[in-house]
Amino acid sequence: MIDLSVAYNRYRFLGDEFLTWLWHLIETDSNFFCKIDSDCSALEIGNRMVLENRKGKSVEKITIKGDGAGLEEGKLALQKGALVAELALIFNTGEHQWQFSIKGENLNVSGLKPPGPALPQSPEEMEKFLLDKAQRILKILNFMEMLFKLFIKLRISTKWQSKILPSLKKWLHSGGL
Amino acid sequence: MGILSSAASITRYRVDGKIKSSVVETVAEGLKKNAISEIDDDAIEKAVGWTSFETPFQPNFDGSSFVYGSLFVFSLRIDRKQIPTKLVKKHLTLETAKRLAKTSRRFLSKDEKQALKEKITSELAIRMPSTPNLYDILWDYEKSSLYFFTNLRSVNEEIEGLFKRSFMLPLIRIIPYTAADLLSDLTDQERDILLSLSPTHFLN
Repeated sequence: MIDLSVAYNRYRFLGDEFLTWLWHLIETDSNFFCKIDSDCSALEIGNRMVLENRKGKSVEKITIKGDGAGLEEGKLALQKGALVAELALIFNTGEHQWQFSIKGENLNVSGLKPPGPALPQSPEEMEKFLLDKAQRILKILNFMEMLFKLFIKLRISTKWQSKILPSLKKWLHSGGL
Repeated sequence: MGILSSAASITRYRVDGKIKSSVVETVAEGLKKNAISEIDDDAIEKAVGWTSFETPFQPNFDGSSFVYGSLFVFSLRIDRKQIPTKLVKKHLTLETAKRLAKTSRRFLSKDEKQALKEKITSELAIRMPSTPNLYDILWDYEKSSLYFFTNLRSVNEEIEGLFKRSFMLPLIRIIPYTAADLLSDLTDQERDILLSLSPTHFLN
């Protein structure tokens, strides 16, 4: 395996491409996520998105935030060569929802708010609570890991150039927001 | 922000390798040997070590106290004493004046000043309580996965060093490249393609 600090910079684009692909998928094939996790009724864009354009000499950063913020500017930024560098997401099961953000450069998850469980009232309840909470946290991390795995499999296949990229380009230039 | 917080930040790791002898005993041993030491009555300004998830101020790794279901759960604790620079400066000025008056000299040498500063910092450190910071850890030993509840780079570096010293197992941080290489079940041929990838041109 190559040196991690070299790999961090050399392949950071994979994380940004992953998030950009994810946004495209959320808008064009929302049923896709049920195939990864049958509990998932919808994966939605949350209240924050950061895009970075690294085409020029300096990095141009665009942040879109706020509940109900329009994503038109984000799409415009994509059309100018930016990629999604950070994305807030909401994983819905119908009954519960998980909110979290993920960064493209290191795939770090932040602000992860899983649903419940209520804090334990006694030390005896701690183990049950902890395992329940861990399960809810790991559910989302495993889900994202599966999505990234699917993305990588696509990214290194010929399908990326022949099918995915044309679909991404079409979406990029469509007004479907 | 740990496991009990309503919102968590998480860095994922792959644990590289397996423990050769009894797993729970070896982990307990590593945790005990590298448990946090109290520095409140000491001149030390920083301590880093493992502590128990449920009793972080009384580390206890006896038996299987850190085993929850199939997970090992414990915390990294970093205790720090932050001595304000202005406080050091105040004491340094007063002590310098005292010494000069005693010796009827006009200046202290550079080395004397440095030694005096170190003495003052050390005396203040003994009197100052440390501030503890806790970062929770979920270790799924069977899956060689570890989830560390912070994204702070400096703290990530602390856990990577301490974990290797404690269990003789390196942690590999999950970033796009390692997620692709280690978690995506790639064939050798696919791995070669991965190595040669370059950014996609989304624009025509």
